[in-house]
Amino acid sequence: MPDITTTRLARRGLLYLVVALGAVAMLFPFLWTVITSITPGGTLSSGPSLVVEDPTLDAYRELFGVMPVWRIVGNSFGIAVATTLLQLVTSSMAAYAFARLPFRGRNVVFAVYLATLMIPLQVLVVPLFIEMTRLQLNDTYFALLAPTIASAFGVFLLKQAMEGVPRELDEAATIDGAGHLRIFTTIMLPLVRPSLATLAVFAFMSSWNSFLWPLVVIRSPELMTLPLGLATLRGQFTTEWDVVMAGSVVSIIPIALLYIVAQRHIIAGMAHTGLK
Amino acid sequence: MSAPTAPSIAGAPAATAGRAATRARRGPASRRRGLKRVGWVLLFLLPSAIPLIAFVLVPMVGSAWVSLHRWNLISGMEWVGLDNYAKLLGDPTTRKVFGNTLMYIAGYLPLVYVGGLGLALLLNQAFRGRSFFRAAYFLPVVTSWVVVALVWQWLLNPGNGLVNQVLGAIGLPEPGWWTDPTWALPSVILASAWKDLGFVMVILLAGLQAIPGDVMEAARMDGANAWQRFRSITLPLLSPSTFFVVVISLVNGFQVFDQVYVMTGGGPSGASQVVVGQIYDLTFRYGRAGEASALSWLLFALILGVTAFQLHGQKRWVNHA
Repeated sequence: MPDITTTRLARRGLLYLVVALGAVAMLFPFLWTVITSITPGGTLSSGPSLVVEDPTLDAYRELFGVMPVWRIVGNSFGIAVATTLLQLVTSSMAAYAFARLPFRGRNVVFAVYLATLMIPLQVLVVPLFIEMTRLQLNDTYFALLAPTIASAFGVFLLKQAMEGVPRELDEAATIDGAGHLRIFTTIMLPLVRPSLATLAVFAFMSSWNSFLWPLVVIRSPELMTLPLGLATLRGQFTTEWDVVMAGSVVSIIPIALLYIVAQRHIIAGMAHTGLK
Repeated sequence: MSAPTAPSIAGAPAATAGRAATRARRGPASRRRGLKRVGWVLLFLLPSAIPLIAFVLVPMVGSAWVSLHRWNLISGMEWVGLDNYAKLLGDPTTRKVFGNTLMYIAGYLPLVYVGGLGLALLLNQAFRGRSFFRAAYFLPVVTSWVVVALVWQWLLNPGNGLVNQVLGAIGLPEPGWWTDPTWALPSVILASAWKDLGFVMVILLAGLQAIPGDVMEAARMDGANAWQRFRSITLPLLSPSTFFVVVISLVNGFQVFDQVYVMTGGGPSGASQVVVGQIYDLTFRYGRAGEASALSWLLFALILGVTAFQLHGQKRWVNHA
């Protein structure tokens, strides 16, 4: 019965072919970005080719000449790390209150938290900008951070996780004389670590990639984050694609490295959100 | 969700007893305990409540207030009542930007769902290198919209972009992509679908893995072929993940902005302008903050309505395994 193994092999071959073609389609734009960035003038004279005749780093030199690139990368990192830490702290504390501290009106307060989850930042951009102008906080790091200090999504995610922790654990700790702060830090937080990791991934990525709010609130080049810096770069060099692509490469590298290191957690965290 | 107001709920006996005691005798000791509990609640809630009030609720109220005024962000506000809303509803531009946003969703959602489902089915099989491919497909998801939009603007560059060079080489027509009113929105849809394919794939993959293997096995024993198994088992049991993808895609689709702003700027001549782009332009280009706020509220009402409609209709087509 040769046909069974033959069809099996053919199937396997077809599977690999399709999956590999797909991978090329997903990865090729990244490769092309790198190729363009090292091509003199950004355009290959002899049509598309994977081999660059005279590779050059001129585009990178020009990029670092027109923009405080290190500062911008640092801003993106600093803001993303600060957002992540703040959201982890504020969300986990609120989640603990909703999961373990009974108080009058708790359902109402929680409903208000959930309602804020429904409001897209886009709806708030105009009044937030006005508020920041009034508070004279426009064009500051704080303004970049402000809308993402607390996250209703994070509170919701962590509350669900904390309600899954058996109550016997903290009751036992209470009997042993532990207070809320102690229960929170030594029992709750370690037990909901997977959900904390998921929230961290979301917070970091959405801060790293956010564009509309920085676009509205930041003017100074020294305070820009990467997406904003890149978009401004495009405005300055509409036709100099090598410089624009060099900027893209610089902005992809840090997040790609982080992704390679934390890939399993990132994908698992994403998958986790769909399973409610 | 628990019901903390119902004292009979098991699981919080100590706290419930404490509250009952507070109500029974309002002695100084119990009042002190009550105050102490309020203190704990405040301590845990305020770090998130203060920013949410300051940067979500206050602006929300502010936005409603601004939407009832004519205001150019500089000089004084002028009360116009519901005029901004009336003006927007009668303005063909509003119809155009909502229409473009819906067109974006109508193009994006089938593309990303069918593609993501295909990938998920492929990558759900056991083969060597599977995790590498999963990772590769997911890489665009972590990349920022601005980068994706720039890279695709370059790939789809009508003059010397890679896509048109390839199309030209094999004798196909070379569209003007983002410079051509007909192709501007499809260009954005293409880039968006490319970026989000991996995300949809991961969600559906998680859904596929939740399908019990013995159900599939039983169907196979009963002689169901691959297509029948897909139709009658996989698709129905995947409906919770499908529901999640559809809800998230719709909400995100209504808020689409970054890729449009970078790739086409809403042009040429408004051909790819979307609602959020219009909100941005009204405020920061034309100084019409009142109308922009009113448009924000129309968008919010639409998102809320669509989401409520979906949650309502969920029972009809979502099966929980």
